Amino acid sequence: MLLSVSDLTKTYPGPDGQITVLDGVSMTMDAGETLALTGESGSGKSTLLHLVGGLDQPDSGRVDIEGVDIGALDDGGRAAIRRDQVGVIFQQFNLIPSLTVASNIAFQARLAGREDAAWSADLSDRMGLTAQLTKYPEQLSGGQQQRVAIARTLAARPKLVLADEPTGNLDEATADTVMTLMLDLVTETQAALLMVTHSERLAARMARRLHLRAGRVA
Amino acid sequence: MTRAGLAALLSHWRRNPLQLFTLVVGLSLATALWSGVQAVNAEARASYDAAAETLGEGQFAQITSPTGSIDQSTYIALRRAGWQVSPVAEGRLEGIRLIGLDPLTAPGGLGPVDLSDGELTVNVLLSGVLFATQATLDRLPPLDVATQASTEVAPDVILTDVGTAQRLLGLEGQLSRLIVAPVQPKTQPPLADIAPDLTSRPPQAGSDVARLTDSFHLNLTAFGLLSFAVGIFIVHGAIGLAFEQRRPVIRTLRALGFPLRRLVALIAVELLALSIIAGAIGVGLGYLVAAALLPDVAATLSGLYGASVSGTLQLRPEWWLSGLAIAVGGTGLAASASLYRLSKMPLLASARPRAWAMQAGQGRLWQGVAALALLVLAAALAWGADGLVAGFGMLAALLIGAALALPLILDRVLAFGASRARSVMGEWFWADTRQQLPGLSLALMALLLAMAANVGVSTMVSSFRLTFTGFLDQRLASEFYVYADDAEQATALRAYLEPRVDRILPIQNATQDIRGVPSEIFGPTPDATYHDNWQFLQSAPDAWARIEAGEGTAINEQLARRADIAIGDAVIIAGQPFDVLGIYGDYGNPIGQALITEATFEALYPDITPLRFGVRMDPQGVTPLSIALRDDFGLAEANMINQAGIKAFSLDVFDRTFTVTGALNVLTLAVAGFAILMSLLTLATMRLPQLAPVWAQGLTRARLGRIEVIRAVLLALLTAALALPLGLALAWTLLAVVNVEAFGWRLPMFLFPLDYLRLAVFAVVAAVLAALWPARRLARTRPADLLKVFSNER
Repeated sequence: MLLSVSDLTKTYPGPDGQITVLDGVSMTMDAGETLALTGESGSGKSTLLHLVGGLDQPDSGRVDIEGVDIGALDDGGRAAIRRDQVGVIFQQFNLIPSLTVASNIAFQARLAGREDAAWSADLSDRMGLTAQLTKYPEQLSGGQQQRVAIARTLAARPKLVLADEPTGNLDEATADTVMTLMLDLVTETQAALLMVTHSERLAARMARRLHLRAGRVA
Repeated sequence: MTRAGLAALLSHWRRNPLQLFTLVVGLSLATALWSGVQAVNAEARASYDAAAETLGEGQFAQITSPTGSIDQSTYIALRRAGWQVSPVAEGRLEGIRLIGLDPLTAPGGLGPVDLSDGELTVNVLLSGVLFATQATLDRLPPLDVATQASTEVAPDVILTDVGTAQRLLGLEGQLSRLIVAPVQPKTQPPLADIAPDLTSRPPQAGSDVARLTDSFHLNLTAFGLLSFAVGIFIVHGAIGLAFEQRRPVIRTLRALGFPLRRLVALIAVELLALSIIAGAIGVGLGYLVAAALLPDVAATLSGLYGASVSGTLQLRPEWWLSGLAIAVGGTGLAASASLYRLSKMPLLASARPRAWAMQAGQGRLWQGVAALALLVLAAALAWGADGLVAGFGMLAALLIGAALALPLILDRVLAFGASRARSVMGEWFWADTRQQLPGLSLALMALLLAMAANVGVSTMVSSFRLTFTGFLDQRLASEFYVYADDAEQATALRAYLEPRVDRILPIQNATQDIRGVPSEIFGPTPDATYHDNWQFLQSAPDAWARIEAGEGTAINEQLARRADIAIGDAVIIAGQPFDVLGIYGDYGNPIGQALITEATFEALYPDITPLRFGVRMDPQGVTPLSIALRDDFGLAEANMINQAGIKAFSLDVFDRTFTVTGALNVLTLAVAGFAILMSLLTLATMRLPQLAPVWAQGLTRARLGRIEVIRAVLLALLTAALALPLGLALAWTLLAVVNVEAFGWRLPMFLFPLDYLRLAVFAVVAAVLAALWPARRLARTRPADLLKVFSNER
């Protein structure tokens, strides 16, 4: 089992006291599996993704990646998990604006010590980014930036890809193209994909679906 | 991994050179301001340290005579009685101070040329060589003695053996004073038994020259403190903004698995490198500032205190190292707070727009508490503490407390403005200005301090000038002053003048210590000139009449404060007790002074013949008289001084004295203006998401730009309004606390509303200039860039 989430709880302070965002969520994923995380706004999808990626810490419960309880790790340990095992694709792309497209794509692989120039070039080619490699993120369209973000994640060959509405900023046709590319590459690299989405159409293309309602698995 | 992280961090600067420029320039200017002041201080201090060493004062007890002259036979008698004393003959040669020492009897460590070290120096000195700096030697006329250049001797001082000095000064058989060695035989007879007319002065903590020049340096140090405070705020702002600008990159790096600790370490190393580079640039700039100011500082010191500062600036390790330390230390101080916040800020929260400023805003309560505590401390020190340290402590508490209080006060004022706004634009303007406050507050604090320094120092300087002008009018009441070369010429001069002028007022003085304070005793002729023009700060009833009747004395404020003498106390002058009947202001005089009437003076000092005379006459007759004195009487031009000439010269010296402080004021204000520019430029990019919606709803970019300028003017005006009372409090501290402790006299404080108005205009101009560039950039922002705000919106 690649990912195991058990009895996860997370609250945030609100104007009228604590707000429970996740309330005892449990789930598992195997290597190579694709899973759509759906639910209404505020149902806790993004929070669950952040906890799985070690970007935030739960109030209670645990997250295991390949048997390692990431809640028990210190900041450096969680950073290592993000760097070596997990890849996160954000809705906002979060590219490094001062680096070129080529440097952005190679960036996480270099952090993880797994830089593979041929693989990065192949990814760039399949993402249609070869002509953009020397440009900076601000010179690209939203769809192109998202493809750079996906290429950056996959270039590091993570075991688990976490995607937070990766096509949320794209039009339908571009979203379909990006989705197809992402699914193909995930399959090819045998990575598991946990994707937050509002789109029924995109969720349908995943192997499994988990629906959250008010912080619980529906 | 480290290389990749470092490359990502550094690439930010490559893509945003303007931000790097503002950071480096901010750090450099802060360092330049500090190191410039320190360079001037270090250079002047080194010069008058050499002067103090040359004089040998401070280290050893000395034996002096009330007449200023000791017969050589008295010296020999003292030596024979077992006194370990060494003779000194001094005087002026072509206006240059000539000091003659006896290397065989001088205590070790006396003088810049160490007489205890090596036979060669002693032999060279014994052979009658004149030691001086090359610049001093160049001013000497041809003499029949050998000279040797030495950098160890103070400027305007020549050092030689006592015999040569006596010969060159015409003091054969006479000595000026005797230096007493620290170790004396136990069996020696008391001084009074051998030479009852001589007095022994104990070793002093510092010579008069050193003490007085120290007091001037306190003023400079106060500026150093202010410039340091301004600099630290700028450095803090620059570093904070450097973090803010790269927050998204930092967040992405962390999200991609870059360890936080390594990230913190990398940023620390990067900032260290930047601070060293900027510090080096700043030290270079500081050197240029110091080089530009030094002639004025030299003029100031020699004008006010008679100390000499060589006109050349040397790269002294202590000040360039202190400059670098300020840059690195200031950066470290500012960065440690930012790095701490970074290490504590949750990963997901760290990319929120303007998170740094928001975080800063959360500490508002603590900031308010700290500001209040510091202001209360300042008030308590003003109320109950004495001494220079307390004065400076009060200054620091007042300035930092006020700076910390500034954002809170501005916030309240802006909130009030918002509550009174009637139009939707007005409402938005006040609210938006208030929202910008956290990001601008450090720059505004720097502006507040710079303006307060300006108000404070200009008030002090102008008050000083006003008082000094009045003082000159009193002191230089005579229309014409003449000097005789010797007693014979003096008698002839009096005889020549008597039928040609209204009155002749002899000016005669002797030197002695009064209660341990070196003082001059004057014996003026009873005349209306004195009681009409000399106003006492404190006096007994009928003071002038009683002084003229020989019943008492008047002393200057310096002597009264230093020796703690009050009206009615008795002082000993030439062995006679005199009641102190008046205390008068004597601005700019480094030593004590006492007035007794002419008849009493002549009785106490029968050997002294007046050589100087004040002449009361019709001012129109001064020029014809001086021509007649030159052509008929044969008096040298140098021996005649028109009163107007003295006044002009004195005021000129005084004005030059404070040129340096004026230059530093302008520099401080300019640096604060740059801090505003830097903050506005940085905020401009981050503010696009706030401005884009307003633009989208119908405001033109040009109007948005104009509003940015109006905002800067408003904030500058509000800051100026707060800087005025702070500056006046600063002036009061300088005049009533620091000046009294350092100089020994208290100055009345005057207000100069026009000066303050001009300063407010300067501040507004600085703010407008600072806001113009960001406003122009905003006005020219491409619509596509504004639209990106919406396309990127979550």
